[in-house]
Amino acid sequence: MAEPASVAAESLAGSRARAARTVLGQVVLPGEELLLPEQEDAEGPGGAVERPLSLNARACSRVRVVCGPGLRRCGDRLLVTKCGRLRHKEPGSGSGGGVYWVDSQQKRYVPVKGDHVIGIVTAKSGDIFKVDVGGSEPASLSYLSFEGATKRNRPNVGDLIYGQFVVANKDMEPEMVCIDSCGRANGMGVIGQDGLLFKVTLGLIRKLLAPDCEIIQEVGKLYPLEIVFGMNGRIWVKAKTIQQTLILANILEACEHMTSDQRKQIFSRLAES
Amino acid sequence: MAAERKTRLSKNLLRMKFMQRGLDSETKKQLEEEEKKIISEEHWYLDLPELKEKESFIIEEQSFLLCEDLLYGRMSFRGFNPEVEHWCIFQKLMLQMNAKHKAEEVEDETVELDVSDEEMARRYETLVGTIGKKFARKRDHANYEEDENGDITPIKAKKMFLKPQD
Repeated sequence: MAEPASVAAESLAGSRARAARTVLGQVVLPGEELLLPEQEDAEGPGGAVERPLSLNARACSRVRVVCGPGLRRCGDRLLVTKCGRLRHKEPGSGSGGGVYWVDSQQKRYVPVKGDHVIGIVTAKSGDIFKVDVGGSEPASLSYLSFEGATKRNRPNVGDLIYGQFVVANKDMEPEMVCIDSCGRANGMGVIGQDGLLFKVTLGLIRKLLAPDCEIIQEVGKLYPLEIVFGMNGRIWVKAKTIQQTLILANILEACEHMTSDQRKQIFSRLAES
Repeated sequence: MAAERKTRLSKNLLRMKFMQRGLDSETKKQLEEEEKKIISEEHWYLDLPELKEKESFIIEEQSFLLCEDLLYGRMSFRGFNPEVEHWCIFQKLMLQMNAKHKAEEVEDETVELDVSDEEMARRYETLVGTIGKKFARKRDHANYEEDENGDITPIKAKKMFLKPQD
């Protein structure tokens, strides 16, 4: 009971850092260190002692690697901070190295710069609105950061807003805007009347917004509808009748835990009715 | 007695602006260098060896946008919200154009943004006429006749004797 646990802990602590390439797609736990491909050659197969990596002439040939969510930089290695599957994306063009990240699941959203989120206006204070985005503190949204902002053309308290973050770090209050850098709305702004707002996990949002997601395509064939996805785990749906809206909300919430066969069954049943 | 001894001005006084206007550029440079030397001696500095910052080649990003190509979060299907659909289609077209013709797209964009030279020339042609008409006196108004298109093209006044038709 106590012995195997301690043995396991020792083995984990004493094990060498694994190469990131070999762990792709597998589950990683926080605290693990991962070696990048260039560093694997330095560690020989028999070397049990981790000798410090020195910058040698090969350093200039190293490419820039981006460590994404769930990973942190630890010297020359990557340190895992969330449990999940390790993913890698090859660089498309230009700068090399690619991106490593951990595909984890969570419900609590942490504001990140550049994310498009759905917020609820909770208060007006001075020149800004306070918008609840599901983070640790409400984000601020200026009156003027809408396309065609005028005195009369303003959201009210209780409206839904689709915007993106311009400032989002752990030291400052997050700020969001509803226009892009050119001043155009780009689909952002106040979301219309009616509809239903519900909350899902962050992983589901990313799964639904993946380029090759079948769920969205199948859902779009059912009946006319409008969906807005916020990266903070909120989805807003609207259809012509309340029943259709509720069906849609239930499907989206349930499709996280369904296999593709079950999903197809449900869609075919809906298509018939 | 006073003429024998030359009054010497202090260095600070010589460094003032109104004293330097008459100086050459060379003397000015010398004065500046001397000033810099004085400053560097008075300033404090740490007597440590130079620490070379290790060049880190790992960049930390907390955003998922870099990792996965996610679609835009606002969608409308089967004509429910025409504005969003128009915008979606426009975005998809732009993405397709970007993907296929990256190099060409850049050239096209620059041409679209700027007005082409021909258009500029045409505009200026008519513009000269309209502005000129504003300052022309009554007698010169005859020079500015309107074309079939309505463009005002200035006609050069011919200084010739016109035989009266009689």
